[in-house]
Amino acid sequence: MTDVAFKDQMNEAGELLTADGVPLKQKLAITTRRARMRALLLTAPLIIFLVVSFVIPIGQMLFRSVYNAAGSNVLPNFAVSIQDWDEQGLPTEQMFEDFVKDMQLARKNRITGKTVGNLATRVNYEIPGTRSLFTKSSRKLSKVTEGPYKEALIKIDKKWNDPGLWIALKRVTKDITPYFYLAALDYKYDEKGDIVAADELYQIYVSNFWKTLRLSATITFITILLAYPVSYLLSTLPLRTSNMLMILVLLPFWTSLLVRTTAWIAILQTEGMANDILVFIGIIGDDNRVQMIYNQTGTIIAMVHILLPFMILPLFSVMKTIPPSYMRAARSMGATPFTAFRRIYLPQTLPGLAAGTLLVFILAIGFYITPALVGGEDGLLISNLIAYHIQKSLNWSLGAALGTILLIIVLVLYWLYNKLVGIDKLSFG
Amino acid sequence: MSGNQNNGSADGSQNDAYVSFQRVQKSYDGEILVVKDLNLDIAQGEFITMLGPSGSGKTTCLMMLAGFEPATNGEIFIGGRSINHIPPHKRGIGMVFQNYALFPHMSIGENLAFPLEVRKMNKADAEKQVKRALDMVQMGDFINRRPAQLSGGQQQRIALSRALVFEPELVLMDEPLGALDKQLREHMQYEIKHIHENLGVTVVYVTHDQSEALTMSDRIAVFNDGVIQQLSSPDDLYERPQNAFVAQFIGENNKLSGTVTKINGDTCTVKLDDGGVLEADKVNVSAVGDRTLLSLRPERVEIDPTSDMDDILDAKIEELIYLGDHIRVRMNVAGNDEFIAKVRNRGEKRDLKKGQTIKVGWSSSDCKALDA
Ligand SMILES: Nc1ncnc2c1ncn2[C@@H]1O[C@H](COP(=O)(O)OP(=O)(O)OP(=O)(O)O)[C@@H](O)[C@H]1O
Ligand SMILES: [Mg+2]
Repeated sequence: MTDVAFKDQMNEAGELLTADGVPLKQKLAITTRRARMRALLLTAPLIIFLVVSFVIPIGQMLFRSVYNAAGSNVLPNFAVSIQDWDEQGLPTEQMFEDFVKDMQLARKNRITGKTVGNLATRVNYEIPGTRSLFTKSSRKLSKVTEGPYKEALIKIDKKWNDPGLWIALKRVTKDITPYFYLAALDYKYDEKGDIVAADELYQIYVSNFWKTLRLSATITFITILLAYPVSYLLSTLPLRTSNMLMILVLLPFWTSLLVRTTAWIAILQTEGMANDILVFIGIIGDDNRVQMIYNQTGTIIAMVHILLPFMILPLFSVMKTIPPSYMRAARSMGATPFTAFRRIYLPQTLPGLAAGTLLVFILAIGFYITPALVGGEDGLLISNLIAYHIQKSLNWSLGAALGTILLIIVLVLYWLYNKLVGIDKLSFG
Repeated sequence: MSGNQNNGSADGSQNDAYVSFQRVQKSYDGEILVVKDLNLDIAQGEFITMLGPSGSGKTTCLMMLAGFEPATNGEIFIGGRSINHIPPHKRGIGMVFQNYALFPHMSIGENLAFPLEVRKMNKADAEKQVKRALDMVQMGDFINRRPAQLSGGQQQRIALSRALVFEPELVLMDEPLGALDKQLREHMQYEIKHIHENLGVTVVYVTHDQSEALTMSDRIAVFNDGVIQQLSSPDDLYERPQNAFVAQFIGENNKLSGTVTKINGDTCTVKLDDGGVLEADKVNVSAVGDRTLLSLRPERVEIDPTSDMDDILDAKIEELIYLGDHIRVRMNVAGNDEFIAKVRNRGEKRDLKKGQTIKVGWSSSDCKALDA
């Protein structure tokens, strides 16, 4: 028998069968399952790592930016009863009683995270200068054993007579709060509980977001200007030479970011090399040396240097794939060198340019160490403010809200970018 | 047209050649001359091919003509004007590249319109001209495609029509068919040849495929080592090679080496290394006692020659290869066991057998005495 007469076999359902009579789809699934399982197993460590180190922390951040239970932790009963208050005049005597008893309990128990101090800090975010009121009152409240609690409290301090304070307390005892996003966008609640712009003195975040975007754009633009010709040169040189030079480009990666940044301090400070040279040449006098560091200029210079390789690498990898014959063809057809560059070369480098731009811009937006070291006050970026709230002021919720807004900005940019350039056109090399 | 034309006037005087290389030399590194003293005149409307092995300097010559590489020494003229200092985009030369160099980010139509656009031609005229150029290569339907959506042969046609769309008088082609398969290559050879005939443009064509050169060219310049070994028409090149390199490079060729013992006018007598004596056409030997390489085309070798043949030698058959229209007979002649004869298959029964000893012969005019 020969199999010249091989015919497709089918069952009643019209499915193709293998020679053994098993449906083809089923057989295929069996044979590919092993390969898929193995692939899954190989990627499992990475997936676990990503979940633990990326997804969970970001989830935590999102959660923390809207969740703060300091109020309800310290004042569990008050937190429930105050919700019935109509915000007219002062809360009822019952609510005052709950407040006082909760305060007394908190002082007695001193459970970490549920102390009067925690509450005071939380309220202090919303109404600056109230911290001492809580600590003082808490001390004096230990002697109050019976009602009327309203009078007792007001006797301790007149400020308890202020309805605005109670409105704030009602807000604070809710666990889910938009307050930190409002603060991150330079808004606050007024005494009546309405959302208004923050005091001018405290309006630092929006302007800092803008500054961060502006500086990042400037830095990205400068890296493009510097990286494009360098990448072009590298891509046209013979492989030996270009590899040598590429090592020079990558050399900065071999030294710590800290070292590179401090090197810039040595170069740019008022008594540093750059100023010395300018004075030596006679461009500036010894008595009016230029302030090149601890301001935006310092941040820009150091960050351009540090981020430059991220622009050069994708550009280089794209340029290397463009054969010189394209430019030659354009020239032979009558295009001037400039026209040939603009119409033929530049469009073909766009994927690399786009990738480099995205990379540098997003890295710049979240840069921390360099602005912290050389930025002074003026050159601080949003990440420095986030770090401040995480490490110094310990207002983690505000830090998280700022971080989330930064994340949203990056995602929006990414989306815009996809619209304009197309992510599939990116080439990271 | 023939090889005895005045090639290059080193004194710089102008002749009526359209393109003229005069004493052109080229070195990339200052150590090696890639092109050595090139003198070449090309007439208007001529189809000239540069043929040679890899690295012989063909592309370099083309690049100098197009303006992408400066000549290290010497001058190049187009239409009597020295172009050494004219930038490529002002030379008005059409060019087809080996990898086609179609701009990947533009459609076929945009690719063809590009040279017209940079010449500031108005849109309507440009459109008409693009369409005409596409129709010329039967690619009118592909105007909106991207280069990546075309097959190799189609891309090749587009490259060709793009080089012609702005009606240059001179078109350079650097191995334009190198990437195509044999059948398509042969088809395109005819197509290019027809376009050349119809438009009357001057074509400088580079290839290292000798059959391509032979079928297409008016004249062929055989390059080796940066020097033109011979410049002549295809039949001259095949029939009358000037030296051993050309004889070996063009077509199949049997080699016998020996020493010149006598010169009698246009012929000479050669004593082979194994003792045989032959009459040969004197091409590239000058004196008695010169070493020489005799070159003989396989199809000119007669098996069982009549006794009045000029040269007759013994041969031992080593191998018979049946090729349908002819039979290749590999044999040992005068110590050379790569000696080939082609026997036409006339249907009559030939009693050739491996190991058999026979006689082979040829006319002395077919046997060229070349430089050793
Ligand atoms: N840009 C360059 N720099 C240095 N040497 C070069 C350059 N281009 C070509 N050469 C050298 O010049 C010589 C001639 O090169 P060319 O490209 O003209 O050869 P070709 O005849 O076109 O060969 P092929 O048939 O392989 O294309 C080669 O030895 C090559 O190594
Ligand atoms: Mg070449």
